[in-house]
Amino acid sequence: MASTLGWFSTGLGLAQVAAPAAVNRLAGLDDSGARRALMRAMGIRELASGVGILSRRRPTGWLWARVMGDAIDVTLLGAALRAKGNRRSRVAMATAAVVGVTLLDVVASTRTSGGDGRVAEDEPMEGKAITTINVPPEEAYRLWRDLESLAVFMDHLESVRTTGERQSHWVAHGPAGTTVEWDAEIVEDVPGELIAWRSLEGSDVDNAGRVRFVPAAKGRGTEVSVEVRYAAPGGAVGATVAKLLGEEPSQQVKDDLRRLKQVLETGEVVRSDGNPGGTRALGQVRQRAAQPVG
Amino acid sequence: MKATCWMGSNKVEVQEVPDPKILNARDAIVEITSTAICGSDLHLYDGYIPSAMKGDILGHEFMGRVVELGSAVTNLEVGDRVVVPFPIACGNCNACQRSMYSVCENSNPNAGLAEKLWGQSPAGIFGYSHLLGGYAGGQAEYARVPFADVGPLKIEDDGLSDEQVLFLSDIFPTGYMGAEMCDIEPGDVIAVWGAGPVGQFAAASAFLLGADRVIVIDRFAYRLEMARNHYGAETINYDETDVRAALHEMTAGRGPDACIDAVGMEAHHGAMPIHAYDRAKQAVRSQTERPHALRQAITSCRNGGTVSVVGVYGGLADKFPIGAVVNRSLTIKAGQCHVQRYMRPLLERIQNGEIDPTAIITHRMSLSDVSDGYEIFKHKRDGCEKVVLTP
Repeated sequence: MASTLGWFSTGLGLAQVAAPAAVNRLAGLDDSGARRALMRAMGIRELASGVGILSRRRPTGWLWARVMGDAIDVTLLGAALRAKGNRRSRVAMATAAVVGVTLLDVVASTRTSGGDGRVAEDEPMEGKAITTINVPPEEAYRLWRDLESLAVFMDHLESVRTTGERQSHWVAHGPAGTTVEWDAEIVEDVPGELIAWRSLEGSDVDNAGRVRFVPAAKGRGTEVSVEVRYAAPGGAVGATVAKLLGEEPSQQVKDDLRRLKQVLETGEVVRSDGNPGGTRALGQVRQRAAQPVG
Repeated sequence: MKATCWMGSNKVEVQEVPDPKILNARDAIVEITSTAICGSDLHLYDGYIPSAMKGDILGHEFMGRVVELGSAVTNLEVGDRVVVPFPIACGNCNACQRSMYSVCENSNPNAGLAEKLWGQSPAGIFGYSHLLGGYAGGQAEYARVPFADVGPLKIEDDGLSDEQVLFLSDIFPTGYMGAEMCDIEPGDVIAVWGAGPVGQFAAASAFLLGADRVIVIDRFAYRLEMARNHYGAETINYDETDVRAALHEMTAGRGPDACIDAVGMEAHHGAMPIHAYDRAKQAVRSQTERPHALRQAITSCRNGGTVSVVGVYGGLADKFPIGAVVNRSLTIKAGQCHVQRYMRPLLERIQNGEIDPTAIITHRMSLSDVSDGYEIFKHKRDGCEKVVLTP
């Protein structure tokens, strides 16, 4: 679908640049010199996004550029509908066509906007992050293996309760003040090296994850890497919205690791007046003024 | 409490704000007895530091008495008199353990923002924008000091006045580090751009570290006079003299062995067209710096010499003479000062009478007059070199 849109952009762009007068007539627009120049400019924009989409393995950005372009076209055509000298029925038809294409563009853009830019319809969201923490692997492992302490540094978690040697019950903050819950089990556990877990059947959100602890060279502490996968609430659209809000999974894991580093190295989550909640993507965007909290 | 709030470009005012509270076990609350306006506060005042927000409490040079302690701070007691270093540092991370306190890996809760601009995040700083943590500053009656078991220096000698030790919080160590980065050897000539407080301390420190001669460059006669009279430097007024020709002459063509930039992002230039060019680009934010002092330091330095940058820069500089750096084997060293590293040894130098930090103080004001203080300091009115405020 993306490549169809790419070829469409390229074809339309070529026509607009090579024969702006003909395209103007087709769209029912008054064919003045200024209009031709505008049509050519729009053609250059079409060519850019067409070539962009076709040349990229992950054309997400260029597909969204098409959506932006559509918005410009609809705006211009809307203005043309009100202006004199245009053939309104043709302009209306052109507008309807652009609106139709816009819908296709939005669908294609949303579909390719998954965690790593691949088609995300049926795939889970994935988050990855890595950091170096100035403690031995055993110490980092110990904190993580005590699953109940995960809520100290994982911002989206409300609580984790250990229910068995390898079983636990997780409660996380969902969108708009809701909570989501699931039971999980540890599927791999190598002390001081790695822990892997996955949710059990009947979870609100199916998820799985793995953390590795690797000693860094020459006493530089421990390299901690985390991978999580979960079924995105709201599917691909939900994933795109989450990304726009800065709650993209990799970002979330990265922030969690930053807080884990703070907790392991300094004993606490670091807080400032402007960001009293401590490191997290949304907190960094929505700062308070740097004054004591009243 | 009363605190100095940034209210937009060229506007600060004293406002009534909530008293700070202990948020973490390693915090302390300090009742401030003396605080100062720093040259780098002027970059905020002028509106050139991104991510400042209306209402932010300014100030990163302060000292006072401990009035409250978090449960994990065991090396201080309520009532202790402390000077607080401007970078906030945890003491535990790899950077802190290498004494690189101003690049502490943990103290900036907004590290993600800083990473977008700079690649990685430095330490949080009191009262210095949200990129550097969003911490309330110390031009106020009280301040919350995180990691109080690492940063604050206890002053046990009651014979030392606030004014003698206050500048251990920033400008004396900053100037000292500027000189230390020059790896001074006997016979060296050190040139210092900027005769503001950091430039004065850099000049004094260069002598302490064994420089043969120190040359200070500025355009304000009264500041150059201070560098000559108090700290024994030679001076060049760039409004009257061509700096590179003068340095060539004074060093018999060698050029200074090391050059210290104690000016930073809002440099002025004697040649109007160059100044206008940088000014215009900075005004439309297509570069964040006016890096003229740095350019001149680089082009003036002797082959194989060191350029030491302690002036504050925020983002991107334009027309950077990288060709001179590469082809003449120059070394550039830079950094926000790792204050915690220098506080104790420099306190000793003050106690031994090797330096008198109070010589730079020209204005003593009440905190309630802070907006006058910023204006006087910014426009160098009334011979202003350094403003000390008392809450």
